[in-house]
Amino acid sequence: MTSLNHSHSAVPVHPSLAHLSAADRDAFADEVEAIEARVMSSLGARDARYIRRLISAQRWLELVARLVIFAGILHWSGFIIGALMLALAKILENMEIGHNVLHGQWDWLRDPDIQAATWEWDNVCPSAQWQRSHNHLHHKWTNVIGMDRDFGYHILRLSDQQPWHPGYLVQPVSNLLMALFFQWGVAIHDDELATLRQGETPAPRARQKLDNLLRKIGRQLGKDYLLFPLLAGPFFLPVLAANAAANLLRNLWAYAVIFCGHFPDDVHEFTPEQVANEDRGHWYLRQVLGSANISGGPLMHLLSGNLSHQIEHHLYPRMPSNRYAEVAPQVRELCARYGIPYNSHGLARQLFTVWRKVFRYAVPGRNDTVLQAR
Amino acid sequence: MVASTVKKLLRAGDWLATPLNAARYLETINPLWSDHGRGRVERLIQETPDTVTLVIRANGAWAGGEAGQYVQLGLDIDGVRYWRCYSLASPVQPGSREFSVTVNRLDGGRVSTYINDCLRAGDLVHLKATAGDFVLPAQRDDQKLLFISAGSGVTPVMGMLRQLIAERSGADVVMLHFSPDYAHCIFHDELRASNSEQRRIHLAVTREDARDGDLAGHFSADMLEQVCPDWRSRQAYVCGPSSLMSAVSELFLGAGLSSQLKQEAFVLKRAEVPEGAGGKVGFVVAGKQVDADGKTSLLEVAEGAGLTPEHGCRMGICCGCLATLKEGQVRDLNTGEVFGESGEKVRICVCAAAGDVSLEL
Ligand code: FES
Repeated sequence: MTSLNHSHSAVPVHPSLAHLSAADRDAFADEVEAIEARVMSSLGARDARYIRRLISAQRWLELVARLVIFAGILHWSGFIIGALMLALAKILENMEIGHNVLHGQWDWLRDPDIQAATWEWDNVCPSAQWQRSHNHLHHKWTNVIGMDRDFGYHILRLSDQQPWHPGYLVQPVSNLLMALFFQWGVAIHDDELATLRQGETPAPRARQKLDNLLRKIGRQLGKDYLLFPLLAGPFFLPVLAANAAANLLRNLWAYAVIFCGHFPDDVHEFTPEQVANEDRGHWYLRQVLGSANISGGPLMHLLSGNLSHQIEHHLYPRMPSNRYAEVAPQVRELCARYGIPYNSHGLARQLFTVWRKVFRYAVPGRNDTVLQAR
Repeated sequence: MVASTVKKLLRAGDWLATPLNAARYLETINPLWSDHGRGRVERLIQETPDTVTLVIRANGAWAGGEAGQYVQLGLDIDGVRYWRCYSLASPVQPGSREFSVTVNRLDGGRVSTYINDCLRAGDLVHLKATAGDFVLPAQRDDQKLLFISAGSGVTPVMGMLRQLIAERSGADVVMLHFSPDYAHCIFHDELRASNSEQRRIHLAVTREDARDGDLAGHFSADMLEQVCPDWRSRQAYVCGPSSLMSAVSELFLGAGLSSQLKQEAFVLKRAEVPEGAGGKVGFVVAGKQVDADGKTSLLEVAEGAGLTPEHGCRMGICCGCLATLKEGQVRDLNTGEVFGESGEKVRICVCAAAGDVSLEL
């Protein structure tokens, strides 16, 4: 991360970092980068095999899932088993494959079919649109209130640093809707499309973006809710229902994993002032403090697209995800040495504390800023 | 009829395969059912201690080509795909789509070494369309041809020779081929066996004593005069190292016959870039060229030249600034690694010029 300037001025740093001197932060950054360099220089055939096998396994699973759904015509259990398989296929495609390919983690293979620039994933948000809002805005401004648009997705208030207004009273309901329709939330949650309504984005660019979004939505809906059901003839509705169930399960799972990444208890938020003169060390430290891991076994890591290693993912967004598990203990040990909290708990605990925040911050605290109207 | 039905089905399949296309699923079942050019290595033939011939069967997506043209061959080595050009050393068999390329191990050549040491029958290679006009004339039965080659420059010439033999062409051929010694003479036996009244093949060795009737030494006008007195009236082809290429082309130039000579340089030298040096940066869409040092990101260089490339984080994490590399190589400012193959997408916010580069911006 060379482009951050080194300045150690007296701006307010985050309290959890107050014990570190400028030299400490530099040393921390050096160690973070040393871990990265070791892994990146060892990438090779084994890693290539991992992603290629995973992609081909996912495609097989999807093919078989669609067939099993059609087999529901012979016995109703096909609809249910097929829907579960399809949900699993979609989860793998969106999380461990799509998300990570779109970060450019596999660009080094130089395979035009496994590239950040060309991959299109199986959900309604066009890849290019998501890349911009996620990779750029969220990864660069992780947990900086007001800058990281993924913090609460502009619908939820998850920190007392966000001013309260009455609209947040319904956030337990918005939270539920967000979980159910997560892919749609991601698709419409875009700063340029939001400003479209206010006429701020230059019109042709916004129009183009909107066209791309609508085309993608059309194709995605057409596939799952029209073409495949039509192929089943009189069994149109059960096939449609199975596909809808698969999309719903994927939404719920993606929601759970992603909300656990930045919103559980003890994840830190930052003010724009705290990051105004951020140095290299600060930048890495914010990624650690602003992220939370989900502890679990290999299956959890695979199904979460290794976002169970959210901390490592934020430190090394371009490192192939299959390597996070091996660097996690090193990062954890590094944090321990520098007295930096490393947030890792099971899925249930992380999710519980997210939901507690959803309820707690729906109402204003005693000292919170209150805005009367949106 | 069948093909068009298959095409229609595939197009319908593309809708079902959204957001990918049907070919991505078909290639999961069989890698050769891809819509990208691919081939299977059917056989390997060891020609000399450091030269191997690959007999490749291409899939239907590969456009095919003519003997003497070059094909781009892509191989995944340690996970990374590398592309190299190799001449078709045989005509493409119409029914089987089989053809061969012959690869000489280059010193420090990653791909040629891999092909010689690691490639096995059954392995998959990636193929791009062939190109080049180093091919036989369309009307050739009554033609007089002259082939001059040296070292592995024999491969495209061999392709054309094999094609002439296969089609029992009436063309009259003289061939002059140089190699350092007999052990390193690629296609030695086949060349000898192909020698006939109609196709006179002369071998020359430069570092060993010549045997029965062969020639000794490097190319010279006298030697050509001796083996082929009517060279001025022939369509000529030359392929080999630059010393041979320039000797032959000067001779033809001096005789005012350059238009009768087709040349194929088979060694592309990549300019050595001194550590940390920059170079000229060309922006092909904008039609601009500027000088850049080896430390300034290409994004900044582009902005300095008045361009406004799309970008995001400016720190290498978002891929918002990817631009296609047309030529040359870049240096990753974070890792210092110098890389780049033409067509590759690079993050211009963290890459600087390493020598001359051109970008599709
Ligand atoms: S601008 Fe984000 S990677 Fe270059």
